[in-house]
Amino acid sequence: MIAYLTRRLIQSALILLGVSLITFALLYLLPADPVRQIAGRSTTPQTVESIRQQLGLDQPFVIQYWRYLTNLVSGDLGRSYIQRSEVSELIVARLPASLLLMVGAIVCEVIIGLTMGLVAAVRRGTATDQALMVGSFVGVSAPQFVVGLLLLYVFAVRLGWFPIGGYGTWRHLVLPSLTLGILGAGWYSRMMRSSMIDVLRQDYIRTARAKGLARRAILFRHALPNAILPVVAMIGIDIGLFMGGIVVVESVFGWPGIGQLAWQAIQRVDIPIIMGVTLVSACAIVLGNLLADIVAPFIDPRIKLR
Amino acid sequence: MKHWLTTTVVASALALAFGMASATAQETLDPKAKQGGAITITYKDDVATLDPAIGYDWQNWSMIKSLFDGLMDYEPGTTNLRPELAESYEIAPDGKTFTFKLRSGVKFHNGREMTADDVKYSLDRVTNPKTQSPGAGFFASIAGYDDVAGGKSESLTGVTVVDPSTVKIELSRPDATFLHVMAINFSHVVPKEEVEKHGADFGKNPVGTGAYKMAEWTLGQRLVFERNADYWLKGLPYLDKITFEFGQEPIVALLRLQKGEVDVPGDGIPPAKFQEVMADPEQKSRVVEGGQLHTGYVTMNTTMAPFDNVKVRQAVNMAINKDRIVKLINNRAVPANQPLPPSMPGYDKNFKGYAFDVEKAKALLGEAGHPDGFETQLFAMNTDPNPRIAQAIQQDLAAIGIKASIQSLAQANVIAAGGEKNGAPMIWSGGMAWIADFPDPSNFYGPILGCGGAVQGGWNWSWYCNKDLDVKAAEADSIVDPAKADERHKMWSGIYGKIMEDAPWAPVFNEQRFTMKSPRMGGDDKLYVDPVHIPINYDYVYVNDVQ
Repeated sequence: MIAYLTRRLIQSALILLGVSLITFALLYLLPADPVRQIAGRSTTPQTVESIRQQLGLDQPFVIQYWRYLTNLVSGDLGRSYIQRSEVSELIVARLPASLLLMVGAIVCEVIIGLTMGLVAAVRRGTATDQALMVGSFVGVSAPQFVVGLLLLYVFAVRLGWFPIGGYGTWRHLVLPSLTLGILGAGWYSRMMRSSMIDVLRQDYIRTARAKGLARRAILFRHALPNAILPVVAMIGIDIGLFMGGIVVVESVFGWPGIGQLAWQAIQRVDIPIIMGVTLVSACAIVLGNLLADIVAPFIDPRIKLR
Repeated sequence: MKHWLTTTVVASALALAFGMASATAQETLDPKAKQGGAITITYKDDVATLDPAIGYDWQNWSMIKSLFDGLMDYEPGTTNLRPELAESYEIAPDGKTFTFKLRSGVKFHNGREMTADDVKYSLDRVTNPKTQSPGAGFFASIAGYDDVAGGKSESLTGVTVVDPSTVKIELSRPDATFLHVMAINFSHVVPKEEVEKHGADFGKNPVGTGAYKMAEWTLGQRLVFERNADYWLKGLPYLDKITFEFGQEPIVALLRLQKGEVDVPGDGIPPAKFQEVMADPEQKSRVVEGGQLHTGYVTMNTTMAPFDNVKVRQAVNMAINKDRIVKLINNRAVPANQPLPPSMPGYDKNFKGYAFDVEKAKALLGEAGHPDGFETQLFAMNTDPNPRIAQAIQQDLAAIGIKASIQSLAQANVIAAGGEKNGAPMIWSGGMAWIADFPDPSNFYGPILGCGGAVQGGWNWSWYCNKDLDVKAAEADSIVDPAKADERHKMWSGIYGKIMEDAPWAPVFNEQRFTMKSPRMGGDDKLYVDPVHIPINYDYVYVNDVQ
């Protein structure tokens, strides 16, 4: 286990190094000149050169990258060109909101996905099954931007059950979590359905039925715990999926997380923020996958870490 | 960035210099206003720094004006200059020495009284390259600027503290725009001890002399301003509190306004909802329309063939159907025929420009040796409505045989392409267009049409450089005498007329501003399209439901 963890952690560090190098190189190649952005339109060539030197942007790529890495080791993600604050401060201020949103989304996708998959599997081949599967397909394929605006319009504007965007109470959390969770719910319902159908075919279920157990007991005591395993093991991987989704969902709902920060930074070509958010997201994805792999053998003893 | 409205009045501004009357700060108070109440304003993007030496976007511009004050300011809702932290001032006959007498009893939010030392410190700071101020260049006419900008000195020799309430500023050349420069945010007065305490984070911990002080700033969520009870102008501001909420899409902001949760959507009415709002009389009655000192234009790179031929550039001017483009953006603009917008002094009402005439344009192209047209590229910013406008221009050009492929890019990338000598043959300026920093015709020349801007990384994207006009511009700006303001404006009209003969730009339209407000908002309409305060003048608006 320790050897496995060490190996995986080294791999993860290498992946993050690769991500940082590629992102840094891509941003370096952008035609936009950050010094011009800072200096503004009424500046003089003198000022431009002075700022370039102060920021070390007159140095060659390798030196700039090396400096970025060494600063990174001490937790310094640099200073935003547009917002003029420490990137780490901006990210730390917004991370709790994104994490909360992800937890909300996981709850939504698990509850909705598992319920839909369970019902569909039990009613296999019926109209209910078909309707649910069409529903899951819509959930998987609908653009989150549209889903978000639709939910916002119906439940916040028309019905007034939830606030129109913002942050603060549990009521603010419901619609963004639902929007972010619907995609995963679609996947989970399909996985749950096939997993459940698979389990329901097993000998021990037939035995349980043969000994006259009630349908409900068979489903919830014998089938569900087994069918649910492969699905739960996926949650760690979801974090990667969410990192893409939060950019859109947070923008639609005005949710003050790092997705919104990333989107604003991309629009304004605020390179230090783009770099910082990319690294934090990559960290989250790598950790999520690692967590999923470590948890898997505890959930399903057939899986072994090697 | 900064917007200004109404025909102005540099003349009256300059008249001030000679002691003529103008509305004093006290006279602009609204007798109907009651103090109290709180309002909510939304924005999509986080606010950047609130440091007056650094903030330079339309969102933080007005906020900074409410937290800080300068020696000069404008009467609310107008472009008429008036003294603010200065009580009075004198200009020496040679136009090179300005002496400001400061208002007494003005206190910073930290309780300390503001003095002439603070004025000098603020000007030294904004010009110091270590501050990295985007506005440093505005102060280039102050004596000693070059030494400070070049890092040879930390102090402007031209700025002298005569006594605690008097500051004298000497210029290296007469500058007719200098009083405007003393009104822009970059010159606003900051307390040295607070700047030193917070260092680079002063912009997150702003302390000024303004009508409001910062009460709370939760990054990415909200910024709260509270009334400055010690404000030097008694009776102001009217509101107790302003809450700015961030991360709100314009469409969401509009829905919240309709539900009564928001008082002013800071990003305006979303284009997709504009017609719907304007078709509803109730909502339309709460929309205030105003002009702004903005021109949207197409630049043609005069150093790149075939745009090095003036006939080609004139042909493009005649080929663009500006009325159609204005309709395309729901009439939120008026067609333009010259670089200056109509509300700018020096705008030539009688100037006809190039009328829309496809046949004449084709003929000109033929004369230029391109009877079958040519292929080129048109750069544009990638946010709505700019790609649509670029497509309309593309179609217009196709009608005379010019095949322009559209390069739709992020703003910073278009700006970068324009600043390369052979980077962009044509650019549609929308989303990056020039909006005046102050209401003076010279502000539309230097960086965008003068030789100084036609450099690597500059803003003169047509790379147009006419040395004769540079000389004429310098001549015009040395006329400081208010009695000769008309003559100066005429000189500027002549300069822009000559530019249009050379046609480095095809001016397309001047944008209008539309601000929507909640029913409870009070105050004159002009405060909601205030040329210097976007979206609104926070100091002077009030709410009607205060008991």
